[in-house]
Amino acid sequence: MSFLVVKTPGLLTTVQDLGRPGFGPIGVSPAGAADPIALRLANLLVGNEPGAAALEMTLLGGSFAFPEGGTVAITGADMSPTLNGQQLEMWATNPIPRGAQLALRPTKNYARSYLAVSGGLQVKPFLGSASTHLLSGTGGFKGRALRKGDVIQIGAPPRKLLRRRVSHGLLVSLKPRKVLRVTDGPQADQFSREAREAFARQTFSVTEHSDRLGLRLEAPAIPSPPSGSMITEGVSLGAVQITPSGQAIILGVDQQTTGGYPKIANVIGVDLHRIGQLRPHTDIRFERTSLTVARALWIERERILTSTEHIFV
Amino acid sequence: MRFCAASDQAMLIYLGEEISLEAHERVLSLLRLLQQEPPAWLRNVQPAYCSLMVTFDATRVDHAEVESVLRGFEQRADSLPPPKQRIVEIPVCYDSEFGPDLEDVARAHHLTRREVVRFHTLRVYHAYFLGFAPGFAYLGDLPDEIATPRLDVPRKQVPAGSVAIAGKQTAVYPFETPGGWRLIGRTPLHVFKPGRKPMQFISMGDQVRFRPISRNKFLEFTA
Repeated sequence: MSFLVVKTPGLLTTVQDLGRPGFGPIGVSPAGAADPIALRLANLLVGNEPGAAALEMTLLGGSFAFPEGGTVAITGADMSPTLNGQQLEMWATNPIPRGAQLALRPTKNYARSYLAVSGGLQVKPFLGSASTHLLSGTGGFKGRALRKGDVIQIGAPPRKLLRRRVSHGLLVSLKPRKVLRVTDGPQADQFSREAREAFARQTFSVTEHSDRLGLRLEAPAIPSPPSGSMITEGVSLGAVQITPSGQAIILGVDQQTTGGYPKIANVIGVDLHRIGQLRPHTDIRFERTSLTVARALWIERERILTSTEHIFV
Repeated sequence: MRFCAASDQAMLIYLGEEISLEAHERVLSLLRLLQQEPPAWLRNVQPAYCSLMVTFDATRVDHAEVESVLRGFEQRADSLPPPKQRIVEIPVCYDSEFGPDLEDVARAHHLTRREVVRFHTLRVYHAYFLGFAPGFAYLGDLPDEIATPRLDVPRKQVPAGSVAIAGKQTAVYPFETPGGWRLIGRTPLHVFKPGRKPMQFISMGDQVRFRPISRNKFLEFTA
């Protein structure tokens, strides 16, 4: 079996796949790639199932040796990947010769970059998924972020592998955007008209207190509903909670499963991967849309992402 | 029964508008039915005090279809035989080393520390649901005599096994996490342990009792 060796881990590098939905009754959050689309495309480029285990790197990428070679694809944020010092094409299939070293640098644009290896990373699954959940120290590689010297096994690659690249048109349509589309949250109508107008009008800045659990935003306070405290209930991915002090938090993939803050809005499905690519000090806004529009966009997105003719050049 | 879209892929179903055992039983019955006969579009279910949040595959169904299916389930939920009730006992050391907020709780209620412990261990609690983090069970209801609001400023790190109270709830922290509940003791048990069956020590619907143990007993457990 082939393997990769972590030479430098980067800022925060974890093994992720598409997560483990379905364990809400025991309080387990789905976790999974913060930008699941970048992970899916990276896997497809190297002939894996879209949900195979890959590496998620945050803001600053790592460097990795491939003693027995392999085939890789790097997607998501541009961390200036190089192979033995030569620039490596992103969003494309790249063969790696024996003994070669892959190195990534600080991001030039967004928050997270994905490295998929043909054959997939082999780690012990937890509740059916390879995703790392850092808070509980479960899943992934020993339940933690990667460190220097870690050795990760690689599965058997498919026999025949095409060299491909993701189409420019698809990349444009998936591009991170600073206006996130939202539908009303379950407590939207409990906020005052002024609060809702402020929410729709204001610019929010992503703070450094943001991680896989959620993005904490900074903006003039949004007044909380006058009704006071609500009963703790299930919270959805992309929910925009307003704290008692009026700050907004967007829930991310490692989110707590229940919460007691009122939710004014929820980021729509087709924009969820964009939450995973927002980095601190980015200014964002919210644009309200309907459930019907959100669903139509989602169906169209999934149709495109499940047909190779739309994905590759 | 009230339905409310949580997102374009999630629906909240309220089975009561306030915390009560009756609402909770309806949540549990609907959850059990969904677990026994999961529809093909079901991705996840998150129970809470008096609601369930259902996440669905939006390429297969929309909110209206989810609502109509769940209304059908709810009508049949009463026909389920009641679940077997388990009684779970949690050993707790209430020494100040493990319960840094015990003194404040006692002072706030004009009680002695020993009296706070007595009130905490007196009752058999109901496990309403697991949420927040893996294995974190929301237990209630705490006696009014020791009900205390959560801390104004949450701790950045709460040790795993900490036994805590907030409002009329009590719980055990499964992992070292941030937390705003008041810490009154610690259990040597792992309330969530990957690989164990089941992983969670407390399941939704369980009856839970806390039993005081000495510091020596605590150390014996962890040895």
